[in-house]
Amino acid sequence: MLETQGSLDLSGDPRRLRHERTVRRVFLSAAVFTILVSVAIVLSLVGEAVAFLQSIASEVEEGLGSLFADGWFPRRDRFDLRTIVWHTLAVSGIAMTVATPLGLGAAIYLSEYAKPGVRRVLKPVLEILAGIPSVVLGYFALRFITPDILRNIWDTTQQSNLMAAGIGVGILIIPLVSSVSEDAMQAVPRSLREASYGLGAKKWHTSLRVVFPAALSGIVAALILGLSRSIGETMVVAIAAGATGGSLLQLSPLNGGQTMTGAMASLAIGSDQVAGGVAAFQSLFFVGLLLFLMTLVLNIGSERLVRRFRQKY
Amino acid sequence: MSTRMELASTVVEDAVSPGPSAGLAGSAGSSAIFEIQDLNVYYRDFHAVTDTSLNIYQNEITALIGPSGCGKSTVLRCLNRMNDLIDGARVEGRVTYHGIDLYGSSVDPVEVRRRVGMVFQKPNPFPKSIYENIVFGPRVAGWKGNFDDLVEETLVRAALWDEVKDKLENSAFDLSGGQQQRLCIARAIATSPDVVLMDEPCSALDPIATYRIETLMRELKKQYTIVVVTHNMQQAARVSDRTAFFSVDVGEEGQRTGRLVEYDMTDRVFTAPSMKETEDYITGRFG
Repeated sequence: MLETQGSLDLSGDPRRLRHERTVRRVFLSAAVFTILVSVAIVLSLVGEAVAFLQSIASEVEEGLGSLFADGWFPRRDRFDLRTIVWHTLAVSGIAMTVATPLGLGAAIYLSEYAKPGVRRVLKPVLEILAGIPSVVLGYFALRFITPDILRNIWDTTQQSNLMAAGIGVGILIIPLVSSVSEDAMQAVPRSLREASYGLGAKKWHTSLRVVFPAALSGIVAALILGLSRSIGETMVVAIAAGATGGSLLQLSPLNGGQTMTGAMASLAIGSDQVAGGVAAFQSLFFVGLLLFLMTLVLNIGSERLVRRFRQKY
Repeated sequence: MSTRMELASTVVEDAVSPGPSAGLAGSAGSSAIFEIQDLNVYYRDFHAVTDTSLNIYQNEITALIGPSGCGKSTVLRCLNRMNDLIDGARVEGRVTYHGIDLYGSSVDPVEVRRRVGMVFQKPNPFPKSIYENIVFGPRVAGWKGNFDDLVEETLVRAALWDEVKDKLENSAFDLSGGQQQRLCIARAIATSPDVVLMDEPCSALDPIATYRIETLMRELKKQYTIVVVTHNMQQAARVSDRTAFFSVDVGEEGQRTGRLVEYDMTDRVFTAPSMKETEDYITGRFG
């Protein structure tokens, strides 16, 4: 037995306690730093965006009307938001049209049909696709998709066009969509599959009527993640959708045009680099803020959607 | 086939006539639905069940009992080819269903499972409404008919109708565990199967829910043939007509292989087992 003659000390080794405190502070400061950086980015975006609105309101002839002028030509003080927002939506729409069936198809195959051995090989291969730099996919869209595919179908396709960029972005997000939704399907308990097979359901029915709905919340999350990524993707659209300097609103995706990210990229680099034009420079931040808000709304929306569709098991 | 069936019924009569229970006389005329001969099951290199032969008779409840790892669930899962879903599972020997070799090359497991339904250890309703759970099986089988009537009829038969008739559109997860399990039984009989396999259907339930399921099983055997795996020997004694007792042989390297020790009328197995091993297990002296 311990002798407790007042000498019993449970206060712990002060060195160890100090060490614990230090570790805690290190991790805390890392977390705080991350949050501070995010807040600072948002604040600077908001600040510059407001400054942009003030400067076009006071210095540009058309005032705030220039936000709905003809086309996006920032150096000529024409900042038509409809043009770049529409182009972004067109590219994202095409990308999702490509990535949804292929990504979900791959996910269902990997999760439900592939033998374990096949899966062990295919899944990493698919994830390697996610590692292809987007600049490579940009040139792939420009040098292969446009001349060898699109021009064979529609010979009026322009050298730079939204369609090729959309397909390129779609290929880029397939691994994201398939990997996240495959994880969601894998998380569906085996007991549900057994219940389905036990009732004489075919694989097809089990995959589509049991596993797919049970994994729906994760699948929706995967699609929204893909959509966010496609809206924010810059390199592929900058290369393949082209139209440096500015663009007019193009209703046909076979024409070239600037997306929101494409517009920002061309303002920031190359011969178009904004040197003097104050409003043109500030428009970068305004568009950036708009992009940020779009993805924010998408993420919040997905959160809601996922909660509504969630099937507990 | 016919001679074998006659043989089988003679065995039944022999087994029944000296027994004290007159209630079993009804099963004297039943015939073998499943015939298992020299069944061996392997999971890759692991030999799970060795040389098992037994017959399952129509409109009876057959209980498979024995210690953990004795292969009773494995044998059960051979009867509707659920083992096919396990990678590396291999079945040797012969399992016939109404005289047809279940593992014959022309047999589609989907067709087998439509006739041989299954209820699992843990209640596993789909994350859908009560109604959708019931109609799932008939719907994937392409059944045409009045689904509302089918749902009512099935739930009545599963003794669940009165409890759920006002909340058919509610999620199956709103039900208690015992109700969920009865819903799973209802779901299994909604496809009008011939046989219902139950893999420890009460092991996750409290005694009252267990009692209800046992009552339901006795009711259901009028229409269906039931094979139940159970850990609970009292349950086997209470509900089953026949009992198969499995044991485990532990090999030199610790590999565990299941083996059928004794198969007889339940009364006989529990009151006058012919094997010492069975007696030891039943009286709790096992291991």
